[in-house]
Amino acid sequence: MNWNAWIPLLVVASSLLPGLVIFSLAEERVRLRSTLNLAGALVKLALVGWMLWGVYHGRHYETRLALLPDLELVLRAGPLSLLFVTLSSVLWLVTTVYAIGYLEGSPHRSRFFGFFSLCVSATVGVALSGNLISFLLFYELLTLSTYPLIVHRGTEVARRAGHSYLVYTIFGGALLLLGTVWLYTLTGTLEFTPQGFLNSLGEEHHPALIVIFALMIAGLGVKAALVPLHGWLPQAMVAPAPVSALLHAVAVVKAGVFGIVRVVYEVFGVSFAAELGVTGPLAWLAATTIIYGSLRALFQDDLKRRLAFCTVSQLSYIVLGVAIAGPIATIGGVVHLVHQGLMKIALFFCAGNLAETLGIHKVSEMNGVGRRMPWTMAAFTIGAFGMMGAPPIAGFISKWYLGLGALEAGQEWVILVLAGSSLLNAAYFLPILHRAWFQEPPETWPEERKFGRKETAWALLLPPVITALMALGAGMLASAPFSPLGWAQLIAQREFYQP
Amino acid sequence: MSTVFLYALVGVVLFSLGLYALIVHAHLLRKILAINVMGSGVFLVLVALAKRTGEDTPDPVPHAMVITGIVVAVSATALALTLMLKLTAETGNAELPEDSRE
Amino acid sequence: MGTVITKIPWGVLLILLPLMGGMACFLWPRIAKILGLVLTFVGVLSVVGLGWQIMSNGVYHHAVGGWGAPLGINLYADGLSLLMLAITALVGFGISVYSSGYFERQHSTRFWPLWLLVLAALNALFLSNDIFNLYVTLEVMGLAAVALAALTGSRDALSGAMRYLLANLLGSLSYLFGVALLYHGFGSVDITTLAVQVKGSPTTWAALGLIGAGLVLKTALFPLHFWLPPAHASAPAPVSALLSALVVKASFYILLRLWLEIFGPLGGDVDTLFGVLGAVAVLWGSLQALRQTRLKLLVAYSTVAQIGYLFLAFPLAMSAGVMAWNAAVYLALSHALAKAAMFLATGNMLRFGGHDRIADLDRVVQRLPLTATAFALAGVSIMGLPPSGGFIGKWLLLEVALAQGQWGLVVIIVLGGLLAAGYVFKVLGQAFTQAAVMHESRAVPASMEWAALLLAFGAILLGFLATPVLSLVGIGSPFGAHEVMP
Repeated sequence: MNWNAWIPLLVVASSLLPGLVIFSLAEERVRLRSTLNLAGALVKLALVGWMLWGVYHGRHYETRLALLPDLELVLRAGPLSLLFVTLSSVLWLVTTVYAIGYLEGSPHRSRFFGFFSLCVSATVGVALSGNLISFLLFYELLTLSTYPLIVHRGTEVARRAGHSYLVYTIFGGALLLLGTVWLYTLTGTLEFTPQGFLNSLGEEHHPALIVIFALMIAGLGVKAALVPLHGWLPQAMVAPAPVSALLHAVAVVKAGVFGIVRVVYEVFGVSFAAELGVTGPLAWLAATTIIYGSLRALFQDDLKRRLAFCTVSQLSYIVLGVAIAGPIATIGGVVHLVHQGLMKIALFFCAGNLAETLGIHKVSEMNGVGRRMPWTMAAFTIGAFGMMGAPPIAGFISKWYLGLGALEAGQEWVILVLAGSSLLNAAYFLPILHRAWFQEPPETWPEERKFGRKETAWALLLPPVITALMALGAGMLASAPFSPLGWAQLIAQREFYQP
Repeated sequence: MSTVFLYALVGVVLFSLGLYALIVHAHLLRKILAINVMGSGVFLVLVALAKRTGEDTPDPVPHAMVITGIVVAVSATALALTLMLKLTAETGNAELPEDSRE
Repeated sequence: MGTVITKIPWGVLLILLPLMGGMACFLWPRIAKILGLVLTFVGVLSVVGLGWQIMSNGVYHHAVGGWGAPLGINLYADGLSLLMLAITALVGFGISVYSSGYFERQHSTRFWPLWLLVLAALNALFLSNDIFNLYVTLEVMGLAAVALAALTGSRDALSGAMRYLLANLLGSLSYLFGVALLYHGFGSVDITTLAVQVKGSPTTWAALGLIGAGLVLKTALFPLHFWLPPAHASAPAPVSALLSALVVKASFYILLRLWLEIFGPLGGDVDTLFGVLGAVAVLWGSLQALRQTRLKLLVAYSTVAQIGYLFLAFPLAMSAGVMAWNAAVYLALSHALAKAAMFLATGNMLRFGGHDRIADLDRVVQRLPLTATAFALAGVSIMGLPPSGGFIGKWLLLEVALAQGQWGLVVIIVLGGLLAAGYVFKVLGQAFTQAAVMHESRAVPASMEWAALLLAFGAILLGFLATPVLSLVGIGSPFGAHEVMP
């Protein structure tokens, strides 16, 4: 019995099975539910750690199940998948802790945590998929399992947000399906291969391939929030804070971006994509998104909306890194997948804490909040500086490699985009920090809840602090083994230098 | 040829007449009668075509079919008439109500 | 053990048991419910036995009473028949379990005999290899189905059933006329014999037109679908489920069989016509479903759309027969499970809340989590999202369409999925509102919730069974030899 063949499946199952059990639990079984959730998260983490160790030592983990006569459901742990899997399993654990604290006493928790677990299972499936059809399967599953989370509160606004999310993502999924089937009829295979599997197709297929590329990028771009397909993301802000964290850092948008990375590197292959001439437009699209997202963020007074537009902008750093099509830019883009996740989740946790503890939803209400909640705002500050790209926080590493990569590829205009975006980042984050730390606090907060001598509950406080520290650590220890940067270098090496 | 063809032709004519009546008439009894006329048309064609070749004895298989068909037609008519009566009792009108929901 | 299983004439049992059972239920209404449940379960076992037989001996032949064709009746089952029998048995068992909780005494005594009759006719239909026999089974099935649709005796049910009956009889007569012409032309009603002898001649073309029109009317392909929504929407929930899931599939099956053996090889543009009508049906049915304010009508129009999908395979099969038919069969199987689950779930909501107005369903949906899950899972398959049987079917269909460059059909397939998502989520969205808790008009027994849920789960599971199912359907190669795809 070869156990290695089952580990990827177990990674998916470690959240799927607890999720299914949780659905059937009565509302008041809080302890059992929390135990199941945390146990699932820890088991997943242990399995992922095991695979990391194994892959580092050259082992293979692959699950294959028959799906169609010539197509299999493949789950495989390669360096790229592991990067994403590790990110989402670590952040899932943190988010679970946060969600347990955040939703204490609110209705429909079994439903919430059930879908929450399904959502993470789908994300892990997306990460581990070894071919396009498996990817598509989990990608759609992710759409379906996130919808209930977005509409969780059941208000009119939430339902509208959920509706818009569905319209965007179902449409995107259809485009992706179309592109995938079309590709399959041309090649007869959908297996992700380093440096792509399309080189052998003749010239006459190139126009079709360009259309397929466009279809796939459009389908994935919906979740990756590429302008003009980003409309659902700011609306989805009405969801509870842990869901926002999940959407923006762990699962949904990451699945989209990760898909773009997969399609460019392991379906088309970077050099073949450049030969087709599709990476240039993609880079421009990403650059537009970066600037547009930042500009829109400037004018949002709602804190979570501002963070949402910030996500729109930051995600496209990853796409940009991929589209520049050089090894160093690849490192920058891929590593930002992790870095953006860490920083953004910390920011959203903080925003959630402000809302939950003090009833603050708007930037204009944040005067002096640093004195009331110093730990939360410290974490926020680290995240914000990281987004601006200040050393030694993780965001700096990403921008540094992106800039270097652009120079190496001879695309100097990218530097302008990066600099402009960093300025804009500063322009929308610094005023928040200024308000929080240097303005006088008001007499009363909008809706304050007391937590004894602590600024807020432990379950709410620890997650932002931990993730902010991780963002800091990822930047300071970038050269250590097993750092996100180290993995990103490994991935880039495989894409560019392997025979 | 000629007699067989004549019978078959009459069958076709009956079938068409029945179809026409089925579509045109609103009263359910007429619709049910129209279905029966159509059925008779088909049976007539079957019986007529049983004399396929120049042989003296006609092919018995179509006759068997016609007998089966008649049994089916009788039951169908019975069911239709019952439904019609119930519908009339329910609505006071032996016509299909206009579909209000469409 | 194995030899005993292969010796028993399972095919005969599949027809005789429900037929006798139906009469017994009529004679002894007291035991009707228990007898019905037992017999549908035995039906599942018999299909397993038949499957075993077919897998070890190949295609199943049985000359009833020792009289073979051309004089007697031959039973015949290849992979395609076996799959249809299997889905009938499974969905049928689900419907039986559901009905055992659904019907009050007064309706229960009428439901079981009729339902077993429908089941016997369905099984006989899938086992027939003779176009006149098919006519008889179609009529038995149709008449019993009409009676079932009228079961509640309400005004809507009666008028729906009347419309259904008239459409049914018209379809059957048209079919019978075609049979008469074919017999006249080629002296046989045996499909295998006809397949060898049939040639393009005016008689054949007229037969094709009559048979095609009759079956299309019975299958409710656009624009001949007018009778379906009122009949399916006004019938009791388990009846709607069996009408939508099984009965329309039966006439589609006949059409498919005749096409494969007799009419397909003749050529002609009828395939294209079917494709166009199917495409319009997908769009029209979906749009109508989106417009509905009553849940049962929504589900009924969704059936009109999904039937359209089945017909898209006809134009594609001209050059890629096996794959296109595989897609159609897979879609038919998934739809049978998913639509049955959907109608049963709808029945639960209707019973619990006392109405099926979609806009006011939120309170109901939230009190019936199992039913809501059943509806959601069935919806996933209807939308063709993975993982589900509907997805596999849609994938196969898209693959063939793209390989042949049939862009029109590609667009229709994708668009149909999007519209389906629209109407499915119109209902599912109701599960997430801040509804006040309501007090039910009537409690829903667990058996009814679970029957719906398990059928829906079957539709999802079908998404992982493509390899075994597609190899089963290949037994006796009903779709001809496997052509190599480019």
